[in-house]
Amino acid sequence: MAAVYLDHNATTPLDPRVRAAMLPWLGERHGNPSSLHAFGQGARNAVEEAREKVAALLGARPAEIVFCASGTEANNAVLFDLALASAAGGSRRVVTSGFEHPSVREAAKRLGERGFEILAVAPRGGSVDADEMIAALGPQADRPAASLAALMLANNELGTIQPVEQVARAARALGVPVLCDAVQAVGKIPVSVADLEVDALVLGGHKFHGPLGAAALWLRKGFDLHGYLVGGSQERRRRAGTENVPAIVGLGVAAELAAEELESRHRHLAALRDRIERGIAGSAAIPDARIHCTDRPRLPNTTHIAFSGVEGEALLIRLDLAGFAVSTGSACSSGAVEPSKGMLAAGFSPEEALSSLRISVGMANTEAEIDAFLEALAREVAALRRFAPATEAR
Amino acid sequence: MSAAVGNSPGTASGLTAVAMSGGLDSSVVAWMLAQEGRPVVGLSMLLWDRSDEVSNGRCCGALDLGDAKRVAQQAGIPHYTLRMDQEFREKVVDPFVGDYLAGRTPSPCVACNTWIKFDLLWQKARAFGAESLATGHYARIVEGPEGPELHTAANPEKDQSYYLFELSAEQLAASQFPLGDLAKSRVRELAREAGLAVAEKGESMEVCFVAGGVRDFVESEAAAAPGRFKILSDREVLPGEPAGFGTPAILVDREGNELGRGEPYYRYTVGQRRGLGISSANRLYVLRIEPEHNRVVVGSDDELLARGLAAERLHWIGPPPEGAENGVEATVKIRSRHPGVAARIRSLPGGLAEVEFETPQRGVAPGQAAVFYRGTRVLGGAWITGEWR
Repeated sequence: MAAVYLDHNATTPLDPRVRAAMLPWLGERHGNPSSLHAFGQGARNAVEEAREKVAALLGARPAEIVFCASGTEANNAVLFDLALASAAGGSRRVVTSGFEHPSVREAAKRLGERGFEILAVAPRGGSVDADEMIAALGPQADRPAASLAALMLANNELGTIQPVEQVARAARALGVPVLCDAVQAVGKIPVSVADLEVDALVLGGHKFHGPLGAAALWLRKGFDLHGYLVGGSQERRRRAGTENVPAIVGLGVAAELAAEELESRHRHLAALRDRIERGIAGSAAIPDARIHCTDRPRLPNTTHIAFSGVEGEALLIRLDLAGFAVSTGSACSSGAVEPSKGMLAAGFSPEEALSSLRISVGMANTEAEIDAFLEALAREVAALRRFAPATEAR
Repeated sequence: MSAAVGNSPGTASGLTAVAMSGGLDSSVVAWMLAQEGRPVVGLSMLLWDRSDEVSNGRCCGALDLGDAKRVAQQAGIPHYTLRMDQEFREKVVDPFVGDYLAGRTPSPCVACNTWIKFDLLWQKARAFGAESLATGHYARIVEGPEGPELHTAANPEKDQSYYLFELSAEQLAASQFPLGDLAKSRVRELAREAGLAVAEKGESMEVCFVAGGVRDFVESEAAAAPGRFKILSDREVLPGEPAGFGTPAILVDREGNELGRGEPYYRYTVGQRRGLGISSANRLYVLRIEPEHNRVVVGSDDELLARGLAAERLHWIGPPPEGAENGVEATVKIRSRHPGVAARIRSLPGGLAEVEFETPQRGVAPGQAAVFYRGTRVLGGAWITGEWR
């Protein structure tokens, strides 16, 4: 069997249909969407078609979609816009969850260095308590309501779905705008901006079989950003820079396919995820495995499991050498593994965090691959447990 | 999802782990072993995380780890970076700083081999399924009648056996030094032929975790964590003198006559001649450092000569040679670049040893290793605690 990829929360392979739609734009077709001539008109049309498809996936209007290069860019843009906006006065307080993606966490940290008050609500056990977050948003005797709430829709590691709708509804009543990082959720579960009542929402194409280099920031009408990349008048002056036409075309098709196939995808992913979890829970060969957060709403494709007494890093490496790609912890820039900040924020011990694997399935995975994985997992966990001295957590 | 790329799935039997620093030597080792078609995995250690500092391109820098990853891709092998900075600090960096503050001259590369590469890294490699660990050291492992023996490299210029003296026979049995028979020029040639990204990379000669001067490093580390280190001098700070780490040492001759004030004692090394901070008609050398009195004893070239040394933590690679209690003959190197001197080594209770040179030697420095050779074979060694005259 060729190498089996079970790390789709990191990135997903390109859907062949998406690739087919992109290829003309990497070949015979080209053009700058801002150009007036026929080449430009063709490119403009391709970008606007993609915008419609992305908007349709979210139940939004095309004009509310800003294309950008990555989810990180979009999250940064919304948070850093606060710094610009606050120059005009107003509240300087941001409330987030304790396990946001680094692009939210680090951006908030920067704001903190510039005098903002940053409050991170602990996602105890894997989810934020909506009431706790709402309480943190509101005005109190000595302070106005928060200037922004940032809450992810689904956690990248644990796969848990957060109470965004509840928090956003309350935030709306308080006049607090809400940024929702939905990068891990879009394409896996239904996401409707009308239902969520947030003000900004971020998605990334490569998490649902679209290309790298194309993401979208949805902005509610009326919640606008100061242009954060300035130059040309692209993206209604919100994001200057020539559009990445091939990637945007790919994102559009990926969004279209996700909208069409959402139900069957959910079924396929959940069936594979459940097969893994059943296989592990029912395996005498893998005792002492703890599957996290099964008691709360989760993405259909993600499972997060601790193997007590086993170093997750070593297990990842053994599985990789055996041809199975999974992930653990959060890789730092040089690729060395550290206990995940998100796991610690959720209240897991460093030992638990360091002995955990994240397995995230994708559309091309098969039952046969899952079965082969379970077999390898049992073998490698058993092999590692024979190496007691090397398994002590740091 | 089936993919065209992947890390050689299937059996991991006979897996060799290569310790990859991102430098020329270990890169060539990884490439050579991969060329032989053996299952190989590259491992790099993140030893010194100063990500907030501009990378200086040394062996511990993030830049070099990136090079290791590139070479691994060129060689077609999987590669992983392992975070070992805590252990490195505990086993190598802190003792290094502590040695200077205790008036010794440390040998951190030996400690790194003993505690980090051939212990911790090897344990991890075993957990990943590796059966042996290959490194870019210039030394040889020879199968002897009593088990594996450590020998000098074929090319004496590059020999690194000194730094490996603390390995055990078991560790040698699990190790490979594929460069032991090669000249450095041949290694670079191989890298060029293979088109490795690191083929033109220079040597790293200095202490890998020290970017600037060693003494400045010691000072800043000690100042940054005053609880972790103890400055041994209890001399009263005189009016006008900086307190603590900056207190200038008193330079004395062997009779104890004060010759002047110099730098703080930990900025001196035994055998040092330049920059003593005092002038004299005769050339003066550092003979001894006495931290407890904040004193540095200086004297003439001849006064540097020692007839022998005392050492601790005696280690034999194989079984101890017969009659070691009564003394055995060997060639002893008292620092890595020392040519070696014929000597008699006597093993004492408690892991202590004394070494008597056939001809007196200059610059016996506490903290350095005395490594024992018989021909090209490394018998073992011990850590110098003092000299005798």
